[in-house]
Amino acid sequence: MRRKFDKDRLIGFLLVLPSIVAVAIFIYGFIGWSAKVSLSQWKGLMPNYTWAKPLLSNYLELFQDPRFQVDVRNTALFTVLFVAGALLLGLFLAILLDQDLKGESIFRTVFLFPMAISYIVTGVVWRWLMNPAQGTRMSGFNLLFDKLGLDFLVNNWYTTPGWGIAFIAIPAIWQMSGYVMALYLSGLRSIPQELREAARVDGANEWQIYRHIILPLVQPITFSAMIILGHISLKVFDLIIAVAGKQLQLDVPAVYMWQTTFDGGFYSRGAAISILLLISVAVLVIPYLRYSLKTEESL
Amino acid sequence: MKRSRTRLLLYIPLVAMFIFYLVPLYVMLTTGFKSFEEIDLQTMWSLPQNGLHFDNFIEAFTKLAPYFKNSILMVVPAALISSVLGSLNGYVLSKWKFKGADVIFPLILFGMFIPYQSILIPLVQFMKEINLYGGVSGLILAHVIYGIPITTLTFRNYYATIPKELLEAARIDGADIMGIFFKIMLPISLPSFVVVLIWQFTSAWNDFIFAVVLTGSQSWPVTVALNNMAGSQIISWNVQMAGSFLAALPTLLIYIFLGNYFLRGLMAGALKG
Repeated sequence: MRRKFDKDRLIGFLLVLPSIVAVAIFIYGFIGWSAKVSLSQWKGLMPNYTWAKPLLSNYLELFQDPRFQVDVRNTALFTVLFVAGALLLGLFLAILLDQDLKGESIFRTVFLFPMAISYIVTGVVWRWLMNPAQGTRMSGFNLLFDKLGLDFLVNNWYTTPGWGIAFIAIPAIWQMSGYVMALYLSGLRSIPQELREAARVDGANEWQIYRHIILPLVQPITFSAMIILGHISLKVFDLIIAVAGKQLQLDVPAVYMWQTTFDGGFYSRGAAISILLLISVAVLVIPYLRYSLKTEESL
Repeated sequence: MKRSRTRLLLYIPLVAMFIFYLVPLYVMLTTGFKSFEEIDLQTMWSLPQNGLHFDNFIEAFTKLAPYFKNSILMVVPAALISSVLGSLNGYVLSKWKFKGADVIFPLILFGMFIPYQSILIPLVQFMKEINLYGGVSGLILAHVIYGIPITTLTFRNYYATIPKELLEAARIDGADIMGIFFKIMLPISLPSFVVVLIWQFTSAWNDFIFAVVLTGSQSWPVTVALNNMAGSQIISWNVQMAGSFLAALPTLLIYIFLGNYFLRGLMAGALKG
């Protein structure tokens, strides 16, 4: 009996082994490889792993690089607007749908459908909706605003000097807020009805119930959603490419990395950007993973 | 009475948001169904005036057809293989934990969150080395490997809910690890397979970064082709709109018909539930 058990355990290990090896190589090995490239002198098509002098020079150059500074600012601005926008809209929609209204499932289906389509599709459509042309060539939302007499809303969208990236947050919120709604909704649904009833009996109004009972209870969801949205926004790439191509104004680290590496051949610089990107994501995600796995164990 | 009136007011923001979410779909469809003569940026918000035409969809489809084929050839094997790997991993990591399994699992999981830029240069070099660079097979391999974390997570969470007693009983009856998997775990985990297959199908179909870096123009999936179409000056916006709709259609249909499974996949990705 005991022997058989051990044999099974060995087979189990062998079943997972290919995946472990794949993850070890393609994730951790490749990250190490990228890190090595980021410390090298590799420019051009032929790999060149000669150490950079000084070793960190690719990183040091990035910190001096005006384009990278624009990227960091763009990412920060985009992250704040996108995360805050998607969280607030998602929570708002979840609370609305939590009121047992008729037609709830239709609303829910529509709010969540953008999650099923690619950022490329979203980007291609929104680039026409946010077409910055004005005057006689006006189209998209500008045209709509003009027709509705809301001229003051006509604007340059993603071509607004210095603030273009803020407008990319709109399609991103459109795409992801339904997901946040779904997260909150599952949280709201798991709060026992008696809790609300008890508060109502005690004379609390709906606003107070949400403010003092429900919102504190869904705090962990806010935390999860922030981490998930935050790491998505650090990685934002497809959406920007599809809306605006490779415009310097809307540059972010993920786009810079892609362009400088595969168009420009500056492999060592591209690798340095990618490692910085990875570190920023890891700082966000690793504590979250630890927290999630710990709460899972205590259940 | 007062309560029901305030409840009615709740529909105002709901309907407003409903419209907001459907705007892109409205523009894609109304533009798509207009005749070429009707196409004008000035009338982009109006409905088709002279009946429904399919010219835009036909032209978009003619242009995108080879790339649709590539997408399908890539997505189906990628989804199948990574689901099988995920189920085996999930089974072992929840029911046959070996020494170190609890350390390995989070390490696998982290792979779900990494920015793929950080492995892109080695990945391209590696694919060139093994002669898979430029084609569909290399892309399949990438989706299979980088799909391991999420598929493993989903299956592990599911198998963890299955009571130990069920396995003990089967073991006493003489079943070994594979016997238990095929006779007990596999049959009851069919819903999880649907969840994972849908998830992998959707994410591989919608992927852009792996495709744009790993494939040549012969092997582009539809996302890359669509993005290029949108960047070109020759192809007019109405065809782009129709093309966008076509590119979104497969995953949209899955969402509409298998929405609950789709939602479960989404929730698994958040590590909760």
